[in-house]
Amino acid sequence: MNVIALSPFDLSLTALLVLLLAFLSWRLQLGMERRLLVAALRTTIQLMLIGLVLKVLFDHVQWWWVSLMALIMLLVAGREVMARQQRRFAGWRGYGVGTSAMFVSSFTVTLLALIVVIGNDPWYQPQYAIPLLGMVLGNTMNGIALGMDRLTSGAWQQRTVIEARLLLGQGAMEAVSDLRREAMRVGMIPMINSMAAAGIVSLPGMMTGQILAGTPPLEAVKYQILVMFLITAGTGFGTMVAVWRGARSLFDERERLRLERLANS
Amino acid sequence: MVGCGPSDSKQEIILNLLRLKGVASHSMSIPALEVAAGECVCLSGPSGAGKSLLLRAIADLDPHDGEVWLDGRESREFVPRDWRRQVGMLPAESQWWRERVGEHFAEVDETRWQALGFGRETLDWEVARCSTGERQRLALLRLLANKPRVLLLDEPTAALDPASVQSVEAMVAAYREEHRAAVLWVSHDPAQMQRVASRQVRIVAGRLEEAA
Repeated sequence: MNVIALSPFDLSLTALLVLLLAFLSWRLQLGMERRLLVAALRTTIQLMLIGLVLKVLFDHVQWWWVSLMALIMLLVAGREVMARQQRRFAGWRGYGVGTSAMFVSSFTVTLLALIVVIGNDPWYQPQYAIPLLGMVLGNTMNGIALGMDRLTSGAWQQRTVIEARLLLGQGAMEAVSDLRREAMRVGMIPMINSMAAAGIVSLPGMMTGQILAGTPPLEAVKYQILVMFLITAGTGFGTMVAVWRGARSLFDERERLRLERLANS
Repeated sequence: MVGCGPSDSKQEIILNLLRLKGVASHSMSIPALEVAAGECVCLSGPSGAGKSLLLRAIADLDPHDGEVWLDGRESREFVPRDWRRQVGMLPAESQWWRERVGEHFAEVDETRWQALGFGRETLDWEVARCSTGERQRLALLRLLANKPRVLLLDEPTAALDPASVQSVEAMVAAYREEHRAAVLWVSHDPAQMQRVASRQVRIVAGRLEEAA
């Protein structure tokens, strides 16, 4: 199971492709070349850095290093969720709702996988803990961001309907029941779709990576299934918690719709 | 729970089903307003004077200062949804969230429906195909189905033809009689106010003036 190590030359070759694309974009006046190059540069630097961090982390298996890493990942993901919303909750709510939902679902699901399913010793073995958490967190982040965005923008658009339902004596949660369902659906559909298409249309990245690294396909597939289920559970529960708490935050204790809690970004 | 001032005598509370004390939100501020059971108070004033704001504050839809009492109990003593069921507000523009009319109704009071020109078959109508006037009348029926003790009507006949205006006025009057309901009716039409009002008040620039 030897990995064929890539030389800087190999990477430069593929980088040439990106440069070529940028050149073409410039000639055709697509105006994408700047963003393309910046993004390519970012991906190189960010991945190199995380490679270094992981190397250090793997050499020093300590639970507090792993926890610190997990915390940083969570905080960055929380910021990302907030940034992706057109109308987000102002102040601490904007950060808190998404981040706490992500924490509850991703960390629980990942812990469960590490302790019960994989059963490493120690269970926080970073080689497993960090990539798993990363995958679960990344997808949960997407789901929560999509769901919250739909919830808050929907509440803004449907304010008169929501208020009309309140006026007829419906409770706050009932008045936004359609919106909550829609937000949940929007948050979970990408995950369900990718499960349905996995293996037929797309070969998931993690599995492909393992196969490239020499893992027998069936072993790689088993890991991929495990990861898919973890991601689905993480995304689903996370979106549920976030949409539920987000919907609550749209109202005050007298069940009034308080849209001024949303800031326009 | 009776208020603490000397003016809060038992008799007054029974007399006045709806009482407002220092209600204010945004630029609107109403020191006091009382509506007795079975009374219809018409509220007029230029647009932007705060009429809708006042109704929204009474229905507890907007955060507001002051107190609103229903039959001697303050609004905060109620669960919000119970309050809004008993103090029923009809917004100027009716809102519908399902495809068909019937999906917005739990029950049908046939005599009432017929009085406004509808029947059982109306339940199958698509909301999108109803005219504004039809929707406005249906919204009144939907509100009355909650059996509110107070009606807050925000220009309930604005989009109606004269015949419908008449039947809506008659229906509100009948409901008011039957349930001893207090009605606060926002209107721009002096003739209508003459017809329906027991008493008229005007809001000008967020303040209240009693009309003769």
